Amino acid sequence: MAFVVQRPKLNLAEKLYLPAVLGGLLLTIRHFFKGAAGRNVTMQYPEVKWDDHLPEWYRGAPTLVADEWGRERCVSCQLCEFICPPRAITITPEEIPNSDPWAKVEKRPKEFEIDMIRCIYCGLCEEVCPEQAIYLRKDYSITGYTRAEMKHDKAKLYELGGVKAGVVNKWNEKK
Amino acid sequence: MDISSFLFQPSVFLIWTSLVKTLFILFGAILPLVSLAVFAERKVSAFIQDRVGPNRVGAPTSLVGFKKDYSLWGLGQMVADPIKLLLKENFIPKSVNKFYYYIAPKLTMIPPLLVLAVIPFGSSFLGVPMVIANVDIGILFVFAVSSLGVYGIVLAGWASNSKYPFLGGIRSSSQMISYELALGLSVVPIFLICGTLNLSQIVDWQVKNGWLIAPFAVGGGSLSLVQRVLLWIPMVISFVIFLVSMFAETNRTPFDLPEAEQELIGGYHTEYSSMGFALFFLGEYAAMIAGSGVIVTLFFGGWSLPFIPDGSSHWLFGLTNIPDWLPGVVWGFVNINVFFAKVSLFIFFFIWVRWTVPRFRYDQLMKLGWIYFFEIALANIFLAALVLVYIK
Amino acid sequence: MSLFLFWVFAAMMLAFGAGVVLLRNPVSSAMCLVMSFLGLASLFFTLDAYFIGIIQILVYAGAVMVLFLFIIMLLDLKAERARKFNIPAMAGGIAVLAGFVGILYKVLASNAEYLHAKPAFTVPFTSDVKAVGAALFTQFNLPFQIIGVLLLVATIGVVVLSKKELK
Repeated sequence: MAFVVQRPKLNLAEKLYLPAVLGGLLLTIRHFFKGAAGRNVTMQYPEVKWDDHLPEWYRGAPTLVADEWGRERCVSCQLCEFICPPRAITITPEEIPNSDPWAKVEKRPKEFEIDMIRCIYCGLCEEVCPEQAIYLRKDYSITGYTRAEMKHDKAKLYELGGVKAGVVNKWNEKK
Repeated sequence: MDISSFLFQPSVFLIWTSLVKTLFILFGAILPLVSLAVFAERKVSAFIQDRVGPNRVGAPTSLVGFKKDYSLWGLGQMVADPIKLLLKENFIPKSVNKFYYYIAPKLTMIPPLLVLAVIPFGSSFLGVPMVIANVDIGILFVFAVSSLGVYGIVLAGWASNSKYPFLGGIRSSSQMISYELALGLSVVPIFLICGTLNLSQIVDWQVKNGWLIAPFAVGGGSLSLVQRVLLWIPMVISFVIFLVSMFAETNRTPFDLPEAEQELIGGYHTEYSSMGFALFFLGEYAAMIAGSGVIVTLFFGGWSLPFIPDGSSHWLFGLTNIPDWLPGVVWGFVNINVFFAKVSLFIFFFIWVRWTVPRFRYDQLMKLGWIYFFEIALANIFLAALVLVYIK
Repeated sequence: MSLFLFWVFAAMMLAFGAGVVLLRNPVSSAMCLVMSFLGLASLFFTLDAYFIGIIQILVYAGAVMVLFLFIIMLLDLKAERARKFNIPAMAGGIAVLAGFVGILYKVLASNAEYLHAKPAFTVPFTSDVKAVGAALFTQFNLPFQIIGVLLLVATIGVVVLSKKELK
């Protein structure tokens, strides 16, 4: 169905451009004085940080968490490694020796690496984890001088993650 | 012959004072002003868009033992920007026409600097008039030389041997031709009124009879109020046409089609890097300063300000026991500063407009230049002539 | 001083004038022509004819040559470079040049006065702009008006021809 858009009829003042230009100039000069008076929206980053305003659902760096008894929650099932779109995660699994009080869990990660140069902070690892072991925390300023520094190893991941209490603890009931 | 009498021979005196004035204009006024204009461009655009703009580079006082650095509102950016451009690699694409590629940036920078030679930037200082070349063809010299500025852009576009610079060059040449006519014709009424092409004499006329932008507001002179208001009508038309054409002549938004970052990736200077690019920038901002200088001289009374005497005055707040030369030095200095203050205000206006008005489409630009401004400027000449016939 | 400048600018004019003809690249030829115009304007300046000189720059170097360059840039320059020397045309050109130089010499040699510089420009006007204006509107008023009408006719002709629909 053909539809013709009518061109608007302009009156003389509109055709002259000048009133519109003057109006625009007035608008911008108002913003100029507003900006010059310091009322601008920019946040001066390193001095002023967003940290206090981060929402609950903010997706920062992925980390590993331990439960309230100090057990690492990860059982090294490698689902996160498989789901990770940029393939940032590398897990080397290991068997838990019989002498360990948590031997019934059977597996734990020997090494758990997340390459933060690759990570896209999508949160799929957190979503896919059956053990609720990997969480995206609120750390966003991940920097380093070398590529090696940007590769978070297990120790670093637990340091960032800390302890997450009050989630499902199915291993406690298993004999 | 001793050295002082040699220096004060008329021809020798003319040569060395001109040299001093040239050096002052170049290194004391234009280069700092260009650098300040680039900084102002960034800062004003930031403020208009509710941002902060460059505010970090300042005085690194912690390097010399102080407790903290002072950012000085980011003023250090004025120095940092040129240094960055100087230290960058000057990359020359393989397919360019080397000779024209080299000279094009220089050709864009020279004309605006030459234009400044005829603009009176002060009254007089110790009896020396503050204009480098006081020529009778003043304003024609301005138009002729600034029209040569287009060669740099056109040659840069052609020599780069690449499609976007080429389109920029083509656009630039056709834009220049369409706006030069309106630019030239719009100031003819001023010559009719002042009866001279000499910029210094035009300023003198305005000192006596009031600034041409508002001849009824300031100054004494022999004209009655009605005559002044009548004069005002053609002057306002002249001013609007001249101002808009000046925007087109200096390639500033809304007429920055040769550059047009969004369409032409920077236009004629796409293939330039380092100092070549910096020279284009320098040329553009120097053209802006020269253009502001011309507007100030023609319409805003040049170095004059009502109730401020010029450099030939012997009055200094009624003080009596002062050396004879002191008032001249003081007022000469004040006049120079008044001129550059006015120029700075106009540079601010240029920047302000750039961050307000969107770019014209090409056919709109051609239509505006050829169909409206050319005809209105022509009619305005007759209007001014009629007013003058009535007045005289 | 004035004589020295005359030789400098005359040499500049001639050198760039030769460049216009000899260079193969049309853009180079156009730029040489611009430089030649600048040399000519400078010659006018040394004769105290500032107005004529600056009009020379404004009209020819600033406007006409920009249009030329505009057209040349749109040409295919490779075709021009591939062209061979045309011997008969060159010979003809040299013959014309020789004839012109011969006539010039004959005229200059005919009167000893021509070999000396003209005396300083003395007019009862303060500036040469006013002198040109006064000459145009008094002594040469009729030719001036006729040229004005001629240009007007040309302008109107262009407007009529460039109209889209001719009825």
